[in-house]
Amino acid sequence: MNLYSVRAIYMFEMARTWRTLLQSVATPVISTSLYFVVFGSAIGSRMVDIDGVSYGAYIIPGLIMLTLLMQSISNASFGIYMPKFSGTIYEVLSAPISYVEIVLGYVGAAATKSVILGLIILITATFFVDYRIDHPIWMFSFLVLTSITFSFLGFVIGIWADGFEKLQIVPMMIVTPLVFLGGTFYSIDMLPSFWQGVTLLNPVVYLVSGFRWSFYGVSDVHIAVSTGMTFGFLVLFIALVWWIFKTGYKLKS
Amino acid sequence: MPPIISVQGLNKTYASGFEALKNLDLDINTGEIFALLGPNGAGKTTLISIICGIANPTRGTVTADGHDILTDFRQARAKIGLVPQELATDAFETVWATVNFSRGLFGKAPNPAHLEKILRQLSLWDKRNSKIKALSGGMKRRVMIAKALSHEPKILFLDEPTAGVDVELRRDMWEMVRGLREQGVTIILTTHYIEEAEEMADRIGVISNGEIILVEEKTALMRKLGKKQLTLSLREPLANVPDSLAAMPLTLSEDGRELNYNFDTEQEHSGISELLKELDSQGVEFRDLRTRESSLEDIFVGLVHGQ
Repeated sequence: MNLYSVRAIYMFEMARTWRTLLQSVATPVISTSLYFVVFGSAIGSRMVDIDGVSYGAYIIPGLIMLTLLMQSISNASFGIYMPKFSGTIYEVLSAPISYVEIVLGYVGAAATKSVILGLIILITATFFVDYRIDHPIWMFSFLVLTSITFSFLGFVIGIWADGFEKLQIVPMMIVTPLVFLGGTFYSIDMLPSFWQGVTLLNPVVYLVSGFRWSFYGVSDVHIAVSTGMTFGFLVLFIALVWWIFKTGYKLKS
Repeated sequence: MPPIISVQGLNKTYASGFEALKNLDLDINTGEIFALLGPNGAGKTTLISIICGIANPTRGTVTADGHDILTDFRQARAKIGLVPQELATDAFETVWATVNFSRGLFGKAPNPAHLEKILRQLSLWDKRNSKIKALSGGMKRRVMIAKALSHEPKILFLDEPTAGVDVELRRDMWEMVRGLREQGVTIILTTHYIEEAEEMADRIGVISNGEIILVEEKTALMRKLGKKQLTLSLREPLANVPDSLAAMPLTLSEDGRELNYNFDTEQEHSGISELLKELDSQGVEFRDLRTRESSLEDIFVGLVHGQ
């Protein structure tokens, strides 16, 4: 293991985060806070509790999950797409490092940033909503695992994308709808039974449900299923990354 | 001493079916400056990309300092520094941050003293805290060289190092490359400027259509393929070449005031004395004469076209 190399990539990526603090940290924190204000403090007080949890508190896990997914994907994809776009990827490819080390650097930095963001949002939420965390270790584990998993997906997207537009397509057109329809704002019990079945095809349901369980001990699907699904995604995305490096897909001619 | 880079039977066929390299063999000697010449699309950049790990070979083996570039890539790549043709830099990074990054990326422990030495050598020390986007093109080129040197490579690839660089900077760069060779770095450069190869290289390889068509010591190459041209400035202009000289390789300038005679320095018999005698008997007088050796450029054009 070439630790200097991993550190170089990791520090480079983290430096990019601090350099663009407003865009990379302030923007997601502010936009998520708006949800807390509107649905938590304002509208939330008129809504009935769900599963014994006040509406403002109920949506917190889903909203954090939304941020984690969006930020992990966009961070990791941007991180590897930029060197491809600017041409500086030559240096990474010509360096005496293995693919594992490249991935550790890029995915590690993207996941770190998502975890930091998730924690900042969690703290921000205390200003607007009263909530509790029943299983803090589970909560933190889900936070970290989801960040890593979707940073892998972002890495795949960054390698696949050959234009800035494609970088946006997956987070905006796929992830956002899946999160909104994945039980972030409601319990799937509230849906007609047909749509409950359909909803279970949405992978984000399992992520949100498990994460919410770690807060309030209530969930739409069993915690074991959620955990299994999260690891399932992790394995799937790692396999994709492995395939990319094995074949040199879009990286090497 | 074994070659520092050894390329054997290297093939590269792109997905499109284009054969960029065909069974290429090449040895680079330790400590030399090797110039790789060739027209656009000849395979220069493909060859460098494979050696440096940016492209995968289709067939064949390459070793760098005795290490196979595929099975022993860590050792091989750690020895190599690459300055690619395209200016590719991280615009928002500072010069110092980017060379530091490069050194770390190549697995070396931080060494500010070494980086300072490189930046001073390349006249970038004053710019170390500037963002790269604020630098001129020539400075960016030097930043890329500094990055390539940051991990103290034994082998340096310079792909078209002076493309789009002004004359003064080009001289500076040549000076720097010579300095590196004195420190024991082996340098492989590709260039379009024949002048550059002529000025710098110890040996020259010519690549065309994915094949090395010639590798030679520069001086031997120029002697071997060297043609000379004798130019006679005439006292009175001629309308055409006298009939009695028509068999000789003579050309007359447009204004009829200069007569050019091409000859081969390697041949026993240059034919100059016959020419001069015949001119005398024809009553053609000249007021000056000069000879010129053909440049590497003439040799190069001759080779590639003659293929």
